[in-house]
Amino acid sequence: MLDLEFMRLAFGAGIVVGLLAPAVGFFLVQRRLSLVGDGVGHVAFAGVALGYLLNLPLVLTALVVSVIGGLSIEWIRARRRNAGDQALALIFYTGIAGGVVLVSAAGALNVNLFQFLFGSILTVTRSDLAVIAALGAGALVVITMLYRPLVAVVVDEEGARVAGLPVGALNSLTVVLAAVTIALSMRVVGILLIAALMVLPVTAASRVARSVSSTLAIAMTIGLLSVFIGLTVSYYADLAPGGAIVLTAAGAFAVAAVAARFRPLARP
Amino acid sequence: MSLALRLRGVTFGYGHAAPVLRNVDLDVQQGEFVAIAGPNGGGKTTLVRLIVGLEHPTSGRVELDVDNVGYLPQRAQAGIDAPLTVRELVTAGRASRTRLIGPLGAADREAVRAAVDRVGLAPQADRRLSTLSGGQQQRAFIAKALAGEPELLVLDEPTTGVDVEAQEAIAELLQQLRSELAMTILYVSHEFGAVEEFVKRIVLVRGEIVFDGPPSALPGVWHDPSHTHA
Repeated sequence: MLDLEFMRLAFGAGIVVGLLAPAVGFFLVQRRLSLVGDGVGHVAFAGVALGYLLNLPLVLTALVVSVIGGLSIEWIRARRRNAGDQALALIFYTGIAGGVVLVSAAGALNVNLFQFLFGSILTVTRSDLAVIAALGAGALVVITMLYRPLVAVVVDEEGARVAGLPVGALNSLTVVLAAVTIALSMRVVGILLIAALMVLPVTAASRVARSVSSTLAIAMTIGLLSVFIGLTVSYYADLAPGGAIVLTAAGAFAVAAVAARFRPLARP
Repeated sequence: MSLALRLRGVTFGYGHAAPVLRNVDLDVQQGEFVAIAGPNGGGKTTLVRLIVGLEHPTSGRVELDVDNVGYLPQRAQAGIDAPLTVRELVTAGRASRTRLIGPLGAADREAVRAAVDRVGLAPQADRRLSTLSGGQQQRAFIAKALAGEPELLVLDEPTTGVDVEAQEAIAELLQQLRSELAMTILYVSHEFGAVEEFVKRIVLVRGEIVFDGPPSALPGVWHDPSHTHA
């Protein structure tokens, strides 16, 4: 399997996605914003369509439009109490409708959109991998450097605000990181399924881990294993990789849920 | 003694609804331990949210003469279910005193350890927060606030859902903090019996301040019957 260049490229991109998606997802899940990834994913579809219309690199247009969509969700959420789900719904539907209209306008309804929605192991190019590796490494470095204040906001947003932390900027950074993750992952997992890879490993890890650091470590390991297993199954069974990867992550959640019943949490 | 905070003519309402608080004047001296009590919906939480800057008055002004404020939100709003240890929680409270970027320095790690020690949770420092009792969780959140070395500590309903014994242990801890660290403390609760013997001042809020004075002057019907004192 690894004799084939397209599989090596898919695995290369998969390593970045498998590590980055749960790392970013942790900060969304713990703030009860698990569906933000889904909302931004729908917007990314509009970005892909815009790329077709303007004949620009699709990762680039998906990235720019996702960042705008993510910041819009955060802007509405931060200003209107209890409006988080409405903000998501607005961005969800506007994103998907905008994508359909733009793809129609570009006369590209006949192209294979399926590969962007659910991933395809054939589509990662060398230049894609270079972009994915550079941006993915950059995102992981940002998370590492700002780990403490990001955790402080997750633990107690109002306490962090009172203490003078730049909570608005940190929350905006989190959705920008989510947008970057989605744009990078669309070749491998697909924009409609990447949100699951941001959420499922984290919810699985939360069932068995004792600390933030162990939750992140377990979640990133699950993410990586899900990508490896999903891509392998997808190659041999000729399946869309996004579905195989996410089903593997869902299986990890089931295992963690069972393990948590037999191993009460967390006494050293 | 100088003022820690001063409110003058503070009125606040959510949107176009009737004001939750009307024309509140309040002075708190540095080092005072003040209980803020009143019925649910009376505006206690709104009052402290105005004091810590989470809300802004519709009219009037709030002035604080302290640099660092520690705030303990109501239990329902805090991340108790998150997968984190007591030490990680307290470390989060130190974030305001350190550089934003990079790992924690030795002095900051020591401040975290001291805060955990002070609330008596050193043996539980590496346990997951959700495995502790309600009283221990609240002490962990107090340690988190202490890690930021606040001059003003504001606690909103810190004993809700906690048994009477734990409530009194928390009240004793707060009294210790006030006397040893000269910290100004605002303690919000509709069950203020636990702190009644430690505070020299109770402020009753019911849309406005309806009582402000020593517990001994409090009309009998407002005393909290769940606590009895010798």
